[in-house]
Amino acid sequence: MRIYRRRKMENLFALVLSTIAAFIGLFWLIFILADVLVHGLKGLNLSLFLQDPAPPGIEGGGLRNAFVGQLLITFFATLMGVPLGVLGGTFLAEYARGRKFARVISILSDIMVSVPSIVIGTFIYALLVKPVGHFNGWAGAVALAIIMIPVVLRTTEDMLSLVPWTLREAAFALGAPYYKVIIQVVYRGAATGILTGVLLSIARVAGETAPLLFTSFNNSFFSINMNEPMASLTVTIFQYAMGPYESWHVQAWAASLVITLFILFITILGRVLIRWRYGKR
Amino acid sequence: MPGFLKRDPLDFLFSLITAVASLSVIVLIGGILYVLVSESSLSIKKFGILQFILSTEWDPVREVFGAASTLFGTLVTTVLSLLFAVPVAVGIAIFITEIAPNPLKGPIGTAVELLAAIPSIIYGMWGLFTLAPIMANYIEPALQSTVGRMPIVGRLFEGTPMGIDLLTASVILSIMIIPFTASIARDAFNLTPSIVKESAYAVGATKWEVIKDVVLPYSKLGVFGGVVLSLGRALGETMAVAFVLGNKHQITGSLLDAAATITVSLANEFTEADSDIYLSSLYYLALILFLLSFVTLAISKLFLLKAERRYSR
Repeated sequence: MRIYRRRKMENLFALVLSTIAAFIGLFWLIFILADVLVHGLKGLNLSLFLQDPAPPGIEGGGLRNAFVGQLLITFFATLMGVPLGVLGGTFLAEYARGRKFARVISILSDIMVSVPSIVIGTFIYALLVKPVGHFNGWAGAVALAIIMIPVVLRTTEDMLSLVPWTLREAAFALGAPYYKVIIQVVYRGAATGILTGVLLSIARVAGETAPLLFTSFNNSFFSINMNEPMASLTVTIFQYAMGPYESWHVQAWAASLVITLFILFITILGRVLIRWRYGKR
Repeated sequence: MPGFLKRDPLDFLFSLITAVASLSVIVLIGGILYVLVSESSLSIKKFGILQFILSTEWDPVREVFGAASTLFGTLVTTVLSLLFAVPVAVGIAIFITEIAPNPLKGPIGTAVELLAAIPSIIYGMWGLFTLAPIMANYIEPALQSTVGRMPIVGRLFEGTPMGIDLLTASVILSIMIIPFTASIARDAFNLTPSIVKESAYAVGATKWEVIKDVVLPYSKLGVFGGVVLSLGRALGETMAVAFVLGNKHQITGSLLDAAATITVSLANEFTEADSDIYLSSLYYLALILFLLSFVTLAISKLFLLKAERRYSR
């Protein structure tokens, strides 16, 4: 009987411990989100979006330049990264399906997804900043695009593989060449999945700071010239949070709140889309 | 493979375009490696390989550089954060797969994964403004007055608690990698066939005994792969630690001292490097980081693939 009781106690102890672990995880999530919310709301106002930064140390001003810069950099990164990723994923799932080549590329992309983003920043610095002689928005967009490619490529590959092979055969039977089958049948079947991959990759790069530090850098003035240094929210947060002025800290928190809400919204949207299209995973 | 189809010229063109796009991954990896090596060649020539890795000097004024102090910081924060994160992550995975009532499984799993979606700069800022003061005022003094009094372990907690140190950085890093480890561990646990679990229950095993003797042995490859993946992530994390580590190039015995990791020195010094050899040495650090994380991630991928293959049989 003693053994029996000991086993029950041990069981209870272990289960309580893992429940505590789960609540530790939830605790951090709530702690961080609540903290960003409380601090961020204080700095959130219209002039944050509509005005450019005031000179250092002077109250007021906003981060219009950083919002616009962030949008531009992310937009061009998406424009470069998504087509490459989708097309690359198409090759792996269609033309090279089942070949060793496809396996190798897909494993390498999985590794690329987790490669330190700051290394990609140094890589682009050598390619696009050093030769030009100054930081520029294009370099930032390319750096983010490089981070997007493996993410989009892998989701596209997975989503295309989910489209039943019989669907393709039905189209082949009508005499359609493979490229038409892919574009008109397979892409349609996987559209929601691919869109989710694109959304998740945007969420991934929208919060990246490290690859922008040495590429687009920062600019305290409003600029839409991609050939010049360009402000971004994340780099601005880094600079403002490390800076000495209280008004900078407030704005950094507000910017953090905006970017966190944006990313959480896109992430949740992506999950909802997947669930809606493919049912419960 | 529909190789039997007659090749349409447009089809050939499309397949060529997609092939080139998929090659971009290899081109990128090769390009990164090539650029990092060629940019750091100046420093490699001057300081050598073993000498650079073992030298603790980092003196931009005298232009003498070594990687030992940053490697030290990188390894200490990574190992510590794994120590903090892995037990919690495995606990979360156990809770989600075995304990939580069904309606709670999804929401809690999603909530933990949302932790992974929060950008690292937010972690960094939260660490600087919220966690660092808490560490400096409450946790670190408490540690000093308890564990710090012990003979050998006490050395780890010497110095004035400032909150900007190895311990705080490791705590933030551990919060960041918990979701990665937890979601991979959860997927691995879920792969255990329920028939095996049920037969263990049938002979009277408690829930914990099923987890410990059936689920964990069955999924250990996957869990291990997840841990190594988190290791790779932690190695390259920049912004979360950049705020709270202090970027001080030193090898210290105390966890309450400032230090530097490869990523933090890159973030802080890259744009300030004023001489060729300085920049080249920073590229050398980036090269070491790239190789370290690439190898780690490749190993984790190997384990995960092996686990996958075993279960799919």
